[in-house]
Amino acid sequence: MAEQDIRNFTINFGPQHPAAHGVLRLILELDGEVVERVDPHIGLLHRGTEKLIETKTYLQAMPYFDRLDYVAPMNQEHAFCLGVERLLGVEVPIRAQLIRVLYCEIGRILSHLLNVTTQAMDVGALTPPLWGFEEREKLMVFYERASGSRMHAAYFRPGGVHQDLPPELIEDIDRWCDGFFVALADIDRLLTDNRIFKQRNVDIGVVPLDEAFAWGFSGVMVRGSGAAWDLRKSQPYECYADMDFDIPIGKNGDNYDRYLIRMEEMRQSARIMKQACARLRTERGRIATLDGKVAPPKRSEMKRSMEGLIHHFKLYTEGYRVPEGEVYAAVEAPKGEFGVYLVSDGTNKPYRCKIRAPGFAHLQAMDHLCKGVMLADVSAILGSIDIVFGEVDR
Amino acid sequence: MSEGSNVSPHDVLPAPTAHLRALAAHVATGLGAKLISASVAFGELTLLCEATEIVDVVTFLRDDPECRFVCFIDVCGVDWPAREKRFDVVYHLLSPYKNTRIRVKVEADDETPVPSITGVFPGALWFEREAYDLFGMLFTGHPDLRRLLTDYGFEGHPLRKDFPTTGFVEVRYDDEAKRVVYEPVRLNQEFRNFDFLSPWEGTDYVLPGDEKAKQPN
Repeated sequence: MAEQDIRNFTINFGPQHPAAHGVLRLILELDGEVVERVDPHIGLLHRGTEKLIETKTYLQAMPYFDRLDYVAPMNQEHAFCLGVERLLGVEVPIRAQLIRVLYCEIGRILSHLLNVTTQAMDVGALTPPLWGFEEREKLMVFYERASGSRMHAAYFRPGGVHQDLPPELIEDIDRWCDGFFVALADIDRLLTDNRIFKQRNVDIGVVPLDEAFAWGFSGVMVRGSGAAWDLRKSQPYECYADMDFDIPIGKNGDNYDRYLIRMEEMRQSARIMKQACARLRTERGRIATLDGKVAPPKRSEMKRSMEGLIHHFKLYTEGYRVPEGEVYAAVEAPKGEFGVYLVSDGTNKPYRCKIRAPGFAHLQAMDHLCKGVMLADVSAILGSIDIVFGEVDR
Repeated sequence: MSEGSNVSPHDVLPAPTAHLRALAAHVATGLGAKLISASVAFGELTLLCEATEIVDVVTFLRDDPECRFVCFIDVCGVDWPAREKRFDVVYHLLSPYKNTRIRVKVEADDETPVPSITGVFPGALWFEREAYDLFGMLFTGHPDLRRLLTDYGFEGHPLRKDFPTTGFVEVRYDDEAKRVVYEPVRLNQEFRNFDFLSPWEGTDYVLPGDEKAKQPN
């Protein structure tokens, strides 16, 4: 009998696959139903963000950050603003800091709601996304009421935020938080003890902590593996140091721990939002730095004062010059450490702006995480590492 | 305004520079001649070293008990076309145990390769692939140095300063050929990159033909 030629089976997963969370193409090499090798092909959403930023002024570069991780836009803007502010050496007034914290936490809930519920969808549940998207819809209305846009807000500006929040909006956000605890408890009841959900996630995609660090993981991916590491606590930026919140930590480093952490982080985010709302009621004052060479004047001022008009014109054409130097500014984005490495050559445009997206580091470990698992677990792991292609492909 | 209004990110975010200087001194003694210079700016510590030593430097930073930069953050390139060695390869590392960040820079050009640090940090795999893709610097010892972000069959390295922002080719679906075709890029409007640096003094555009005025007859 002739020797049989046994070859591994190679399948193409994506780029148009609902569980690929965007445009990911995975080349999977299978031995039966066991995955031998994963080769992710990315770049299908590459828009050359970093190149485009080099040809724009600092202010014009800002909206590109909304389009990276488009489920939590303002968290990205935040990292860029922090970097520019550090180069410029401007101070952000406390009211602007509170607004930023408030909206960053909204972004965190937006992202986690999407991730937790679509992960449930990846393993077969249809109801959670519908319930989660109801809350996301309300949060996007808050985005719209602050910035005029549901997603691509361009609301944070170096030196502060674009416009002040109306008092009614703060009341509405505060009231939403109370309802959200109930809505979250509903999703929690639906998923946390669900037998199928647990069977698909417990002990799947386990990452030991040392591996997590060496692969450049951050955020929920290291907290799930037991590291008490959250930039909001360990390297506090803005007024996170004044906020009272807890960092949930996992024990097993598997999909299920990461799911639990995301659920708890949403509760903690709502807690931070309530504190920010309470302080925003009393903290009046400016929402952007007093430095008129960085923050443009108010529109009413621009219409009345010659100086305001000149500043408005100069800031929206030339922009401001940023002192020579380089900084790396990182924030705890919902998906992990989102960093911006800015190199300035002293002109009005960034010389180089490297965007360090957490999803990029997480996705590259797919081969490592998926070796030897069953084919069906690939989509569960992919869902759990929380990928959004806007930031992976840039 | 309350008392909290004086708190700015600049008070809390950068680690105290005294701590960074102490770390820089420790690294300098540990690395010896492998380190070219160490500087602290904007609350961040930057090391400069020879490209050939990068693996040793990174290994030291990871394993030394005073450093413990076990968390890989980033590798990226910066292009300085005027320089003899035109690229900077910039490594960012994080020490979660000491709560410190560090930046290591080496100089490279498009011919002499930089040793890959994938043996020390597997997380550098895609970051080095990306740097190769976008800048064209080479990494020796990298197991899989393919293009990452750009299209299949892409030519050139888009983040180099001499690569035009508009690129060279554009793609569209050709209805007759029933496939995606590549064509030289055609702009309906010229790519405008205004020089706003000194609108008061007037811009220093070189008009076509101006160069003839300076030529001696």
